[in-house]
Amino acid sequence: MLKTFKKGGVHPHENKLSADKQVQMLPPPLKVYIPLGQSLGAPARPLVDKGAEVKTGQLIAKGESFISANVHSSVSGKVVKIDDITDTSGYRRKAVFIETAGDDWIDTIDRSQTIVRECKLSQQEIIRKINEMGIVGLGGATFPSHVKLSVPEGKKAQTLIINGVECEPYLTADHRLMLERGEEILVGITILMKALGVNKAVIGIENNKPDAIAHMQKLAADFKGIDIVALKVKYPQGAEKQLIKAVTGREVPSQKLPIEVGCVVNNVGTAFAVYEAVQKNKPLFERVVTVTGKNVASPSNFLVRIGTPVADLIEKAGGVPENTGKIISGGPMMGKALNSTEIPVVKGTSGILLFPESDSKRVKVQPCIRCAKCVSACPMGLEPYLLEREVNAALWDEAETDRVMDCMECGSCQFTCPSGRPLLDYLRLGKNKVGQIIRSRTK
Amino acid sequence: MQLLTISGSPHVHGDQSVKKIMWGVVVALIPAMLVSFWYFGLGALLSICVAVATCITVEYLVAKFILKQEPSISDGSAIITGILLAFNVPSNLPWWELVIGSVFAIAVVKMSFGGLGKNPFNPALAGRVFMLISFPVDMTSWPLPVQNRMVIVDALTGPTALGTLSEGIKNGETVSQLASKLPDYTHLMMGNIGGSLGEVSAIALLIGGIYMIWRKIISWHIPVSYLLTVFLFTGLLWLINPERYIDPVFHLLAGGLILGAVFMATDMVTSPMTTKGMLIFGLGCGLLTVLIRVWGSYPEGVSFAILIMNAVTPLLNKYIKPVRFGEKVKA
Repeated sequence: MLKTFKKGGVHPHENKLSADKQVQMLPPPLKVYIPLGQSLGAPARPLVDKGAEVKTGQLIAKGESFISANVHSSVSGKVVKIDDITDTSGYRRKAVFIETAGDDWIDTIDRSQTIVRECKLSQQEIIRKINEMGIVGLGGATFPSHVKLSVPEGKKAQTLIINGVECEPYLTADHRLMLERGEEILVGITILMKALGVNKAVIGIENNKPDAIAHMQKLAADFKGIDIVALKVKYPQGAEKQLIKAVTGREVPSQKLPIEVGCVVNNVGTAFAVYEAVQKNKPLFERVVTVTGKNVASPSNFLVRIGTPVADLIEKAGGVPENTGKIISGGPMMGKALNSTEIPVVKGTSGILLFPESDSKRVKVQPCIRCAKCVSACPMGLEPYLLEREVNAALWDEAETDRVMDCMECGSCQFTCPSGRPLLDYLRLGKNKVGQIIRSRTK
Repeated sequence: MQLLTISGSPHVHGDQSVKKIMWGVVVALIPAMLVSFWYFGLGALLSICVAVATCITVEYLVAKFILKQEPSISDGSAIITGILLAFNVPSNLPWWELVIGSVFAIAVVKMSFGGLGKNPFNPALAGRVFMLISFPVDMTSWPLPVQNRMVIVDALTGPTALGTLSEGIKNGETVSQLASKLPDYTHLMMGNIGGSLGEVSAIALLIGGIYMIWRKIISWHIPVSYLLTVFLFTGLLWLINPERYIDPVFHLLAGGLILGAVFMATDMVTSPMTTKGMLIFGLGCGLLTVLIRVWGSYPEGVSFAILIMNAVTPLLNKYIKPVRFGEKVKA
């Protein structure tokens, strides 16, 4: 029996069209827009001005509060301006506009292909380095990694869990990375283990990637304390709490962090970035992005510089197909619909999806028939149908009691609703309102 | 490039729809419908047609002219109500009585609450009980399976298996004395017995039920807990006094229990939302059914039992919550 999480979950069509496409390295684009706030927490403070010459890998903005991350230039060239740009969230945010000239890397970066296994740095030095290099969680939530690795006083990490699940349909970036950079990922994991002071790590991979499971198993035999666990395919297994449940059987309590049950979860992409940062001195300025869609000429996985306009990537995958009705940053379950292709790739961009017009519109909304499919699909054990009504009636206290804040917005309820009700829209609104109420209480 | 659509995630939708669910139920009803044609002939066909036609018409008219909403006949829910209502009456019931029952089921029980998804009671069951109270004689004279299927109203009528049993026990007869008058299990399974037109064949109904569970239209919780409760409760009584109380297998197969447990109690709109709630709902239906059958004045209690539990459903939804993730924390 394959392991998985118990409660809820759905099975969207996988559509992993680009699973056998090797990661292609794209040359630096002509221009980049590098947003200052690419991670959870406060945006970084810019260190460069208009007209400044920058090199690839140069620090251009500094994360100054604890939950914040450094931002580095992904190209060499000239800073054109620092101005607002619409990012994936749809909000206007500050970004550094750079016009590319050549590709001149800062010389501290080790660009050789040799794999460096040994790491002599101490726990504190590793965390400092990860902070310095601007590493954030690459699974999508973009939580600054140095924060995650700083275990709070009184808590103890026991197990490092590495997320190789990639449960979102279409996306194959992590899959390819495991196949092509497996050894680097494993070294990255040993560094993370050292930073956390644990001697056990588990990589969870869904069973729809048997090649990655076999490959990682083979490589992991060479590393002490790293196990591979094959998981049954079920969305949202890549969600932190569901992955911990699947791998260890432990449940993180409501509103608490994984460290509560002795776990820290990191994505395979993050482990790779940690390897490059610590062993190769390379800041996080490029990542693997899947560009895909049913009508896309050649669905691909690209190694892309941060700040590259999405349009450049789509061009490389064969251009925007006719009848495209929606462009999504991320996966189809949790990704965000974009309103322009001038939006830049950021640290958290795992994929760009192009949907034909016919798949772009929501289905017609019908009355709730109380079928309870949303209740059985919710991995958090909530009652989406009830929360919809409470939010609709502005019953915020009731919504809080019914744990609207536990919702992680995985979308399983709305996916499964036969009446096509926009349940997650209501839940998001509820989380927003109830969150405000909770924050005002502590003030 | 054309205009891009912006909407919140998720951007994909599962393949379920109200229409698919409702038509799935209609498909699940086909085996029992065929059995009813076989045993009750044209009368059964006519009853189903009358009930379905009335239900559709009434829903259309109420939606369009009273509620002023877009009529949604194509979702198939009115058709299910029609078929189930016809399933719950004798096949020789005068057509106009069935029309009145259908009007009550749709106009009063369903549409007056706002239509699909809003009714607290199962329309078909409430319609049946309405007819049972309004036309007690016609609703309890059961045609026997016909010799000639082309005859619409068969003159031969007789009591149902449960009716014979209930009458006999009241007159002081023992179960073994009554045994010769009761149909055997094979007939109960196949449907070669007197009764409401859709309830007679246990096998046909179970095939429909398994189909619905396989298609994920219903979950197993309500039918299983309902049937199991009836089986255990009547089994206990039977162990205490087999001459006074008939065996549990008879109770499972006779009357409208399987029809009720598979198609009526599982009505999504009027049953609880959590699996725990569903199990309690089935348990309540089972207990009430046996209480009414064994000690009540009616020989059959399925309709009343489910309707009473329909009334309890909002309460179950309020107090029986799903187990939240992270609630029961393993040490």
